[in-house]
Amino acid sequence: MDLQTFLQQFVNALSLGSLYALIAIGYTMVYGILRLINFAHGDVFMIGGYLAFYGISTFVIPWWLAVALAIALTTLFGVGLERAAYRPLRDSPRISIMISAIGASFLIENLAIVLFDARPKAFPVSDFFAANYVFSGVYVAGISLIIPLVTIVLLAVLLWIVHRTKTGMAMRAVSTDIDAARLMAIDVDRIISITFAIGSALAAIGGIMWALKYPRLEPLMGIMPGLKCFIAAVVGGIGSIAGAVLGGLLLGFIELMTIAFLPELTGYKDAFAFVLLIVVLLVKPTGLLGKNQGEKV
Amino acid sequence: MLSIRNLSVHYGGIHALRGISLDVPAGKIVTLIGANGAGKSTTLNSIMGLVKAGSGSVSWNGEEMLGRQTKRIVESGIVLVPEGRRVFPNLTVDENLTLGAFARHDKAAIEADREHVFKLFPRLKERHKQKAGTFSGGEQQMLAVGRALMSRPTVLMMDEPSLGLAPLFVGMIFDIIRQINAEGVTVLLVEQNAKAALDVADTGYVMETGSISFSGTGKDLLADDRVRKAYLGEG
Repeated sequence: MDLQTFLQQFVNALSLGSLYALIAIGYTMVYGILRLINFAHGDVFMIGGYLAFYGISTFVIPWWLAVALAIALTTLFGVGLERAAYRPLRDSPRISIMISAIGASFLIENLAIVLFDARPKAFPVSDFFAANYVFSGVYVAGISLIIPLVTIVLLAVLLWIVHRTKTGMAMRAVSTDIDAARLMAIDVDRIISITFAIGSALAAIGGIMWALKYPRLEPLMGIMPGLKCFIAAVVGGIGSIAGAVLGGLLLGFIELMTIAFLPELTGYKDAFAFVLLIVVLLVKPTGLLGKNQGEKV
Repeated sequence: MLSIRNLSVHYGGIHALRGISLDVPAGKIVTLIGANGAGKSTTLNSIMGLVKAGSGSVSWNGEEMLGRQTKRIVESGIVLVPEGRRVFPNLTVDENLTLGAFARHDKAAIEADREHVFKLFPRLKERHKQKAGTFSGGEQQMLAVGRALMSRPTVLMMDEPSLGLAPLFVGMIFDIIRQINAEGVTVLLVEQNAKAALDVADTGYVMETGSISFSGTGKDLLADDRVRKAYLGEG
């Protein structure tokens, strides 16, 4: 393989890894606060893509407005999901809320089949995103450049919120000790809503950028990326934002580089994530950047 | 005045509190003593709304507190320093103190209170940028008390503040309790160290298996044979 191919794959891996990272952050933040794997997170990602599609194709509003609306509505959807499916079970055993998450995921997927139609839809990609730019022989689609940039900006904003604002401080407090946080007069339900809002907004942005990169929407499109990003979050150390980003990038690179170096493994592309998961869990069960948080009592 | 009447709490099938009643008059130090599992922590946690009470009443200056959210209870001036300190180990001293004042928005007064806490506990000032998880038990207890003071409590409840501390810190904590009370804060103190608690308290209540068996002034209880036998290891 020559340098050009390597660079080509590097750019592709960077944008795929960034997308994984954005979605993985949603898993890790919700887990950090509720110790819950939000199995419906991949479906929230799918909703984001579809809402942008309807805005652009059906209602023919300007694409930036469609994107903004899709992000806003998906955010509300994520917050509503928590209200409806998780909050009523706040004091129930953790297994109940996990089953509720799986149920919510199936419900959203099947509703999407009914409402959006099971046949795939072509996502409209403007020339700006689809155009290829050539840098010394390396072809880069506009969207592949935009994805990592958007991810970096969002990550900076997120880290600022978590580490520099009072709300972020409250989020960190709730994730370490929920009862002690209550004793600080922190409105825990509000913090949980904000966490779901942030995770869902990132999933929506991820879903829209995914649709721009792979312009084909289908109701079950969230399952595989959702599963992989959950793995990315676990590999990086669930609960850690930096870990989710690291896990996402790592997964993106492993997937694309393996295909580049060993093209005969292309058919097994989706299995790499699981191999990575098994290896990391064997070597470092808490994930690469994870700390042992223990069971919550 | 904080009045608790016939407070009952069940955990599953266990009757943790069997209708207890006690009064915490404004400006006083009241202590609850008793063996492990007697229901002392449950009493404090149910006053804060962290544990749901089955029946009874917690009235604070005539207002019913039972059934309110913890946030509202803290905002009304009742604050708990929980058992085991429960400072946020991954947050710095400054951040822990800021969280103590989470419900307040009077910035200048918050900063003044932070300085006041640093005056009470100079050690916290020296290490204000460090994470609370790196602190010793005694230092964490200071931080937990300082954090509670940041909300400007009218009633400060403390759950086993001296548990597991070095003797030097135990003395210090009880000095601080006196000082906080002298500044006008009402104190409800739960302690296993009955001697020290009764020494500072105006009134003491003795709890056994979910009920209050008897009460009296701190002095009287220190002299009481039952207390001396069961809790002071004398006679």
